[in-house]
Amino acid sequence: MKMVSALLASVTLAAGLAASFSASAQDTIKIGEINSYSGLPSFTEPYRKGWQLALEQTNATGGVNGKTLEVISKDDGGKPADAVTAANELVSSDVVVMLCGTFFSNIGLAVSDFAKQKKILFLAAEPLTDAITLSKGNRYTFRLRPSNYEQAAMLAEEAAKLPGKKWATVAPNYEYGQSAVAVFKKLLSEKRKDLEWVGEQWPPQGKIDAGAVVEALAKTEPDAILNATFGPDLVKFVREGNTRGLFKNRTVVSFLTGEPEYLDPLKDETPEGWIVTGYPWNAVNIPEHAAFLKAYQAKYNEYPRLGSVVGYSTLEAAAAILAKAKSTDSEKLVDAAEGIQVDTPFGKVTFRKSDHQSTLGAFVGKTALKDGKGVMADVSYRDGAKYLPPESEVKALRPQD
Amino acid sequence: MTFLFNQFVTGLASASSLFLAACGLSIIFGVTRIVNFSHGAFYMIGAYVAVTVTERLSGGFGFWGGIILGSLIVAAIGALVEMTLLRRIYAAHELLQLLLTFGVTLVVEDLVVLIWGPGDLLGPRAPGLKGAFDLFGQPFPTYDFLLIAAGPLTLIAVELLLRRTRWGILVRAATQDREMVAALGVNQQWLFTGVFTLGIFLAAFGAALELPREAASHTMDLQIITEVLVVVVIGGLGNVLGTFIAAIVVSELNAFGILVLPKISIILVFLVMALVLVVRPWGLLGRPETAIRAASGLQIIRWRPLLSVERISLAAGIVAAALLPLVAGSYALTVASEVLIFMLFAASLHLLVGAGGLVSFGHAAYFGLGAYGAALALKQLGLTMAPALVAGPLLGFFGAFLFGWFCVRLSGVYFAMLTLAFAQILWSVAFQWTEVTGGDNGLIGVWPSAWAAPAAHFYWLTLALVVAGIALLRVVLFSPFGYALRALRDSELRAEAIGLSRHYIQWIAFTVAGTFAALAGALYAFLKGSVFPDDLAIPLSIDGLAMVLLGGVGTVGGGVVGAALYKSLSIWVISHTDYSKLALGLLIIGLVSVFPQGVLGAWSKLPLGRLKAGRS
Repeated sequence: MKMVSALLASVTLAAGLAASFSASAQDTIKIGEINSYSGLPSFTEPYRKGWQLALEQTNATGGVNGKTLEVISKDDGGKPADAVTAANELVSSDVVVMLCGTFFSNIGLAVSDFAKQKKILFLAAEPLTDAITLSKGNRYTFRLRPSNYEQAAMLAEEAAKLPGKKWATVAPNYEYGQSAVAVFKKLLSEKRKDLEWVGEQWPPQGKIDAGAVVEALAKTEPDAILNATFGPDLVKFVREGNTRGLFKNRTVVSFLTGEPEYLDPLKDETPEGWIVTGYPWNAVNIPEHAAFLKAYQAKYNEYPRLGSVVGYSTLEAAAAILAKAKSTDSEKLVDAAEGIQVDTPFGKVTFRKSDHQSTLGAFVGKTALKDGKGVMADVSYRDGAKYLPPESEVKALRPQD
Repeated sequence: MTFLFNQFVTGLASASSLFLAACGLSIIFGVTRIVNFSHGAFYMIGAYVAVTVTERLSGGFGFWGGIILGSLIVAAIGALVEMTLLRRIYAAHELLQLLLTFGVTLVVEDLVVLIWGPGDLLGPRAPGLKGAFDLFGQPFPTYDFLLIAAGPLTLIAVELLLRRTRWGILVRAATQDREMVAALGVNQQWLFTGVFTLGIFLAAFGAALELPREAASHTMDLQIITEVLVVVVIGGLGNVLGTFIAAIVVSELNAFGILVLPKISIILVFLVMALVLVVRPWGLLGRPETAIRAASGLQIIRWRPLLSVERISLAAGIVAAALLPLVAGSYALTVASEVLIFMLFAASLHLLVGAGGLVSFGHAAYFGLGAYGAALALKQLGLTMAPALVAGPLLGFFGAFLFGWFCVRLSGVYFAMLTLAFAQILWSVAFQWTEVTGGDNGLIGVWPSAWAAPAAHFYWLTLALVVAGIALLRVVLFSPFGYALRALRDSELRAEAIGLSRHYIQWIAFTVAGTFAALAGALYAFLKGSVFPDDLAIPLSIDGLAMVLLGGVGTVGGGVVGAALYKSLSIWVISHTDYSKLALGLLIIGLVSVFPQGVLGAWSKLPLGRLKAGRS
């Protein structure tokens, strides 16, 4: 029977190999893109629309270095192992000149390490973990989105103005939640030495027992609460919190809640007065954004989400790097990417040489209810550059090559 | 004091909703003995359908009517699935039904996104019950009281149904002895359909009742299915009252646990299950599984060692595989390495499932232990790749040795659930112990030594180790130990009568299987360059089972063939479509329906006469 198994195995392998060959054209530059399209479609569908819009615009104005830009996009199913397989296929079979994308922090780290091993440029779009540019940073990895550190710093700045002294935290029990809380605590305690951290809750990601968590938080009688839950967990937390009066006379500071992906599902139950980071798509004053908004709405007939901005900016950055390097050699691309300035819907953004982090910022504002929907009010754009760890400290935080 | 009372009442509300979700599964399992993996998927559909239906109908009737109507619709879908898919394979191995329900789950996951879109849908609030009620000075959601009442009411209704109606008597009789019930002239098919439909109705009803507290999201099914399975097992399979008690125990422990240890929620449910199963092997109120007459699907197929013709062709096949680097590029070689690794993983699982009759839901734990062992050896101890490839299997050996002792004391589904519990506990440890395992950010930078770094060299290394591993497993299978293991699988009573010690032999088999899985895991770590808690997680264990079942659990080479098929298909599918789950789910459903004996099992039934001397 081993004969049969060997035969069957080789046949199935051959079928798999045959399917993975792809034709290549001479006049295109190929970029590889990986994201969790099946794992988190509420973010990745707008994200895809964003980069497809940017791709169309780039190629309409002559492409890059006289060649058409082509994006080969793969799904990673939300698993780091499959993301590495996809990256490998892109690099070995499809022969792309650089990689970009990813959403989850662990996938971002896996692909970043792969990029380091294969010596190819990787532009991480969305992963928020500080490790990508700091403790596990490497020469070939760049990151677009403002990191956990930056968002925590933006929120801490606002939180320091609040009168309350007793704080409680609630965050999902995985690296993102843990580091969001840890950095926020550190930065806020530096600004306000009189604070007391009275309680913390760590519901498992996706499985919050909201009633019990809300009660446990209420018991500690905090003056203010830091929230890092998102998605369905946030919905449950808000519902239970509203019904049980957790948010009465308390200020809540919350990561990511102002992003349309997380704010829209709350509809008329949006809690008011929360200090949040997000993207108030219809209240942005930056000139570049108006053009982006118009083009996006014209093409897709819907409003952009934060994912759309991330996708658009990622492709703009990739095109800019290729144009500056005038080459597709990885080392030249990395050298060009260090310190490059890119136009994004939030204005000009630079990729720092010290840690390869972009200075893309975020909007901070307060949640409010308008016509039965949640919106952000009192918004202001925070430039990422002001909230990053200083360049002098960064070298010590990165691994020594 | 009042706070504690409030927390207790909050826990009761969660217990009720958990019980409502779980009792359907308990009933389904109790009668049909199907571990209905798609229970979570139907729960999810129930939530989405309820949101849609209650939005269409308005007013007071709208909400309650919508919930009942939605549940009926989903129950009808469940009946349809049962009649078209599950009925066809009742005669096959019990596990195939599990695989089929797994396929259904995958299909539903993508269908839900296709139909309702990717966003989360906020559920409606119950009219008149939106506010809070003052309980000892603390606001308490009024709706929760409804939930707290709904749990015991449903329990009473189900118990009445099962004990006071004729249908209920038939259902309980079928739990004990299916064949006898059929022999007495009862239409077994309709009985099973009825039970399945009732179970799905309860699941959808539970989801709908939960809607005022949460949003319908497309990851709901994965989140609910493990909790529900665990609660059902803790209570004792088939015992609805047990499920109710277990739901209360788990929810209350969680509600009070987070006051003391806020991070405990992630692991609590599995710790409780492990403790309960170790102390009471059949759950709180379960009874020892009565010996069901041998499932007609499991044939006593004679397994025999290879003939010399087969040995020569096998050697030729291996040589051909070794020559692959001459024609294939580096991506193809890494894919081939991955397929080989899973062939070894599936072969090790096959030793347990096929030869030992021990279905393990947590085999990925040892795969992951091997991966982590190798990665930690590299990163913490500074060893090179070769010793790390020894360290990984060594860690897997210790893990399987330790957990195996507890697991083999149980049998049947309880064995499976205890393996799951241990796997989840390991996963939680890997997930939380950030200082050592890197937490969910894992360990990266686990690359092979320079001599094995090129894709071709790593492929040859993998080929050598995998071929050696599978050959050794085969030697074990045809050794006196292997015969003893199979004897225990086929008839435990007779085997023990001739002096074979069930506990020791199965323990050794478990350890051997775990060690080889760990070898596969160690190779995997170096292939991917990183290790994450995903390598220990349930989806990987289920994939392993799928590979063994697709290949044919009753055959010797089933694991190997199934792995090659399944892995190549999934890599190909995920590379070519965003709807990989839909495609893979449909493929699995198709393959199971067409090849109930597995692909290799079907091959061995082909009348090819002289081409194969004897069956294998």
